[in-house]
Amino acid sequence: MTDLNQLPNDNVLSVKALSVRLPKGMERSHAVQEISLELKRGEILCIVGESGSGKSVTASTVMGLLPDAMVVERGQIHFGGRDLLQLPEKERRALRGRAIAMVFQDPLSALNPLMTVGDQIEEVLINHKIGDPASRRAKVLSLLGEVGLPDPALMAKQYPFRLSGGQRQRVMIAIALALDPDVLIADEPTTALDVTVQAQILELIKDLQRKKGASVMFITHDFGVVADIADRVIVMEKGRVVEEGTAREVLGNPAHPYTQKLIAAVPRLRETAAEDKAEAAPILQVKNLQKTYRSKSGLWGQERVVKAVDDISFTLRRGETLGVVGESGSGKSSMGKVLMKLIEADAGAILLDGQDIRPMTEAQFRPLRPKMQMIFQDPFASLNPRLSIGTSMTVGPIAHGMDRAQAQTTAIALLERVGLGRAAFDRYPHEFSGGQRQRIGIARALMFEPEIIIADEAVSALDVSIQAQVLQLLAEIQAERHLAMIFITHDLRVASQICDQVLVMNKGRVVELGPPMQIFRNPQEAYSRQLVEAIPGKSF
Amino acid sequence: MSTASLPLAPKTGFWHNRAVKRFRSNLLAKIGLFMVVALTLACFVGPYLLPYDELFIDVRNRFAPPLTGGHIFGTDPLGRDIAARLFHAGQISLMVGFMAMIISTVIGTVVGVVAGYRGGWIGAVLMRLVDAFLAFPAIFLLLVLAAFIKPSPLMITFIIAITSWMEVARIVEAEVKTVRERDYVMAARSLGLSSSWIMFREILPNVIAPIVVAATLTVARSILMEAYVSFLGYGIQAPTPSWGNMLNGAQQYLIQAPWMAIVPGLAITIAVTGFNFIGDGLRDALDVRSQKK
Repeated sequence: MTDLNQLPNDNVLSVKALSVRLPKGMERSHAVQEISLELKRGEILCIVGESGSGKSVTASTVMGLLPDAMVVERGQIHFGGRDLLQLPEKERRALRGRAIAMVFQDPLSALNPLMTVGDQIEEVLINHKIGDPASRRAKVLSLLGEVGLPDPALMAKQYPFRLSGGQRQRVMIAIALALDPDVLIADEPTTALDVTVQAQILELIKDLQRKKGASVMFITHDFGVVADIADRVIVMEKGRVVEEGTAREVLGNPAHPYTQKLIAAVPRLRETAAEDKAEAAPILQVKNLQKTYRSKSGLWGQERVVKAVDDISFTLRRGETLGVVGESGSGKSSMGKVLMKLIEADAGAILLDGQDIRPMTEAQFRPLRPKMQMIFQDPFASLNPRLSIGTSMTVGPIAHGMDRAQAQTTAIALLERVGLGRAAFDRYPHEFSGGQRQRIGIARALMFEPEIIIADEAVSALDVSIQAQVLQLLAEIQAERHLAMIFITHDLRVASQICDQVLVMNKGRVVELGPPMQIFRNPQEAYSRQLVEAIPGKSF
Repeated sequence: MSTASLPLAPKTGFWHNRAVKRFRSNLLAKIGLFMVVALTLACFVGPYLLPYDELFIDVRNRFAPPLTGGHIFGTDPLGRDIAARLFHAGQISLMVGFMAMIISTVIGTVVGVVAGYRGGWIGAVLMRLVDAFLAFPAIFLLLVLAAFIKPSPLMITFIIAITSWMEVARIVEAEVKTVRERDYVMAARSLGLSSSWIMFREILPNVIAPIVVAATLTVARSILMEAYVSFLGYGIQAPTPSWGNMLNGAQQYLIQAPWMAIVPGLAITIAVTGFNFIGDGLRDALDVRSQKK
């Protein structure tokens, strides 16, 4: 499928039949196998794939930053008439940053916390022996301005912890652009960011690419992002390129079954209204809920007060799904934990079946815990690595008086229900993939036959195809058992698909509460409108 | 809808566990393990293979140098076989070291887990108690206590234990504080499990690695401490032999019979370095941050 009509000098970078071997004992022998790709001058090439598809390994190989455990077996990477893989390390280092630069996923861990932003940009210039102190200072300021940071002179003196996630990523981009590279490799640069910030960063990358004529290799798992930014797309699966073409071809008319499957799994804004469940009986009523975090730095330090949950009220009915959407720091997770009484609320009422659980002590509330269960975000952190799945699932019910044999039968039945089978009962968490663990988390929450399930970003850590399966499972189970669900998420597309009501949160407050059709098609408040605007790939 | 056919990863056996592999590939750790196993075997099996027991007095062979008259390590001024006394003393010294380790690790773990999980004023009180114990110089505390209490091996064990549990408590408290915030602890709370279950069944297994490391190093330190106190004459009293009081008995004959000091000195050195090597090896093997292959 490679385009043979292109002139060879039109390619800035070309990878030919590259294979990278993985250490023994991994799930497959090669991270990438026989992949070939070309990056043309002045284009944005998106490499899309799920986790483990080899997209990041491809980027690291081009940068020459492969971990020691991985070995390039064969292949060539042509850049500027030379094969990068044949160059000695010293020459490759000179090219890194100057000719090929990289932007990483997590801007907080990629920046040195003990250096000011300005020094970190200047460091690149010093290392490549460019300019004198005065000209370097000027360059730093102009770079900071270019990436859209306000007041560059002040910004240069800041330490990374003072900046927001979006600002940090802008600094990373400024560092990458410091030496005017020909190729910019961006490895999931917006995955750790909120949607509104993501939209701004994508706009910035597109803008800079147009202005500077750089070629961008953009790695992502999100087809929405691809739709917004890509000129050409490469789809990878298990270390191989399965499809390649212009963005319009691949997104509009995918040829390979894997691409078709991926695109079908991308969550989209729902077009039809959900059926009305307003006549069902309320199971949970929340009134004027408040939670404030106070932290003091040092003995005389100023007290920092953060209102995580500020005067929130809503009603959840049986069988209904309430979506809670918001950006990071909006207080949506805190609210979930306050409702579960994992954190004590400061004021307000939480009426569970008409009974206020907020003032209850842990001992009073313990018998009621089975009614409300939680599914956590990180499937790797929510299962105790030292307990077998069976133990994790049965301890709770046994502690609440269920007979051991019955708990086991229930657990096995539920494991079968979530698609894992009885063999999972005696296994340990590390033997499962992320999606499988999330199924276990769901099965565990169902052990008590709860009336309410609070799912905190339950599918955010999963690949799209797995995400679609888990959402499907949740919807089926909810319908079977007539559960009420509070679905906390930052992904508005997911929320629009499964929710009957959507609550938009910002800085601890309710911005807007209404049915998804109102929130997503006709948002009343400025903030919800801004959120909906920022959803990537709306056109597609 | 997917069914029961989702593939599972294969089980990994004990010998292929990554930590075990790392430990096995660590030369010093293997040497340490060999030293400790050899010494323990010698002390507990050796006495049955020797022609003399530790109290038999061979009058004709007083001050016999090593390898004379069937005495592989020679004899002392009374004509007692040093090898027999060394192995017998080793049983006591190693037992004191092990028991002190077990007692101090249990105390330290309980205090650390409770302080780390409860936090608040309970945690503050417990950790200030740790600070208070640390403020005493351990050796002087040991000597003072030994002066008041009749120093039997059991008493020495207790005294060593109560002066060496603080390190474990501090390590465990810090670990528990980070594990406490994990989602699976939240999940356990939301299942309505009791605090003691969460502390000792959910959290404790996840902080076991640093405890094992600290415990191994505590054995080495306890053996050294016992030897030190017994050498000064406040520890285990003759005729019960221990490596420390064997050294004490040897000091006046350093010129005539240097082997009397060298033999128990070597035993102490082997035991202490052996346990330290194992401890360091375990630290490297269990620390997930040191991901060497």
